[in-house]
Amino acid sequence: MNPLVTLRIAFRAVLRNKMRSFLTTLGIIIGVAAVIAMMAIGAGAKAQVEAAFSAMGTNLLIVLPGSTTAGGSFGGFGTMPTLTWDDLAAIRNEVPTVKGAAPSMRSNQSLVSGELNWTTGVTGTTPEYFEIRSWPVGQGAAFTQSDVDTGSKVVVLGQTVVDRLFGATANPVGQTVRVGNTPFVVVGVAARKGQSATGQDYDDAAFIPVTTFAQRIQGGLGKFLTGQIFVQATSSGTTGRALEEVRALLRDRHRLAPGVDDDFSIRNLSEIAGAQQQGTETMTTLLASVAAVSLLVGGIGIMNIMLVSVTERTREIGIRMAIGAKPRSILAQFLIEALVLSLAGGLIGVALGVSVATWLAGRFKWPMQIQVDVITVSVGFSALVGVVFGLYPARKASRLDPIDALRYE
Amino acid sequence: MAPEGGLVVVEDVHKVYKTGDVEVHALGGVSLRVDPGEFVAIMGSSGSGKSTLMNILGCLDRPTSGRYLLAGREVSRMDRDELASIRNEVLGFVFQSFNLLARTSALENVELPLVYRGISSKVRAKRAAQALERVGLGQRLEHTPAQLSGGQQQRVAIARALVGDPKVILADEPTGNLDSKTSIEVMALFQELGEQDITVILVTHEPDIADFASRVVIVKDGLIQKDVRQAPKDARAALRALAPITTEAHP
Repeated sequence: MNPLVTLRIAFRAVLRNKMRSFLTTLGIIIGVAAVIAMMAIGAGAKAQVEAAFSAMGTNLLIVLPGSTTAGGSFGGFGTMPTLTWDDLAAIRNEVPTVKGAAPSMRSNQSLVSGELNWTTGVTGTTPEYFEIRSWPVGQGAAFTQSDVDTGSKVVVLGQTVVDRLFGATANPVGQTVRVGNTPFVVVGVAARKGQSATGQDYDDAAFIPVTTFAQRIQGGLGKFLTGQIFVQATSSGTTGRALEEVRALLRDRHRLAPGVDDDFSIRNLSEIAGAQQQGTETMTTLLASVAAVSLLVGGIGIMNIMLVSVTERTREIGIRMAIGAKPRSILAQFLIEALVLSLAGGLIGVALGVSVATWLAGRFKWPMQIQVDVITVSVGFSALVGVVFGLYPARKASRLDPIDALRYE
Repeated sequence: MAPEGGLVVVEDVHKVYKTGDVEVHALGGVSLRVDPGEFVAIMGSSGSGKSTLMNILGCLDRPTSGRYLLAGREVSRMDRDELASIRNEVLGFVFQSFNLLARTSALENVELPLVYRGISSKVRAKRAAQALERVGLGQRLEHTPAQLSGGQQQRVAIARALVGDPKVILADEPTGNLDSKTSIEVMALFQELGEQDITVILVTHEPDIADFASRVVIVKDGLIQKDVRQAPKDARAALRALAPITTEAHP
């Protein structure tokens, strides 16, 4: 029999009992809508985590100096200087999986411009820093290696500092700010980066050459690098290897015998990001599975109504068989009817899910991402539910004996 | 097409139903042959086996033993799909309770056998309209069964039986739900079909109705008790006698 005709018969049967058809598909509608809304919000949360971590820098390792033991209590990593300037040079030059490395020494300082002042974290670093942290300089330019070599008194300001000292619209490049008592020339403004995953304002910062930092703020360039080293691996695939290689290099340079603890620590940001992402994913999967269960329940609802429908229409089935419908035509008719019900439910569910996700995102300022593959899969799954749960009633219909069916009251 | 034996050939057909341990012999060796254009009335009381015979003739059921040849094809060994095909191509059914699809127009009801034959919708609509005109309902194509009288519904059912150009029309108590005038109208239609070489096999328990047939077969206790040919009563003449003024004109 012509599939188009079968489809038309199915549509008519579904539309004949509009309210019943709608209630039947409600399970599928809610299931699909829930899956789509959950996945959209889950994907949004995941993207937010991703964005937060990529804002910190890509393929990033942070090397921290060792821990102190004072009176038996450990002071934690970073409290005792163990990293040297030579370590930094070695990391830059001797590890093939390292693309670049930059020191980061930090101190809170009061910046003054005219009558305004603002206390912010001043970081002493090298020009690579901006690339490693994927943080371009908007107005002006970053300081250069020669600024670092000569210890120039130049500063790159974060946007928040500019807002506080010069006003949001001003261009401070070329102007002078005092850090402590030392005047610095503003050479650039770092592009606005926003908040970190923990809510810290990235843009509330100022950057000066590391040598200038050591001389003017720290008071002398010693052997030890009293801060952290940001290391960028050549690619996301090599981050793990870079970590091991940097570790081996530093252990070797610090002459640590096997079995002795590291006197430094290396943090792999992509690993932390991965763990956090996994958490979001687990949550999303959990919620989506709960939603998927309602799809199953919806399928059972469809089976129920199809069974009722087969019983109600036993006479019709008998008539159709008597005038020459083959069992498979009857099977196709009821199967397609179940499919039309479940697919319609799926499509309405998609519309509902997308609007609910959009509404939630707008109402609670949640991030969300509508995923086409999730829509495809959930519509496909609802069709599958229709076929699976429609098969039993359809088989039942197709196996009716035409004589009994015709006599059915 | 039909072999020397006839259009409908039943040879020593038995039908045994098993309900639990009890075997019921509904038919105990029935033989019958019907030629093209015959108008046969099958009569018998309930439980006589006439319904079973009708189901077998209608290819809705298969005999337990014996042979059934319909238009030269052996039916007794056919599977469900083949039975469906032969019902669709060779037979037309008319039932006591009309058995039209509710909330479906007359035209679509009549088209139904052609749908299962895989005929295009254009040809279907044309042939269904022709069949409805043939039974005098050319003006009521879009009416649903609920909008039609009993006699009109039965004529839609006859149009549905005719639309596929069947060789045999099987009518199971077709006048059971109709008043006597409408019943005679239906008989007039059946007599016309005989003139077009379409065989009509009619099950009835009303002797008045059987009078219009050219042959009466009486079934009793699963056997054919009597099989007589007769001069049929002219249904059109009976109609004229019944209501000389309001007679519907048949072409």
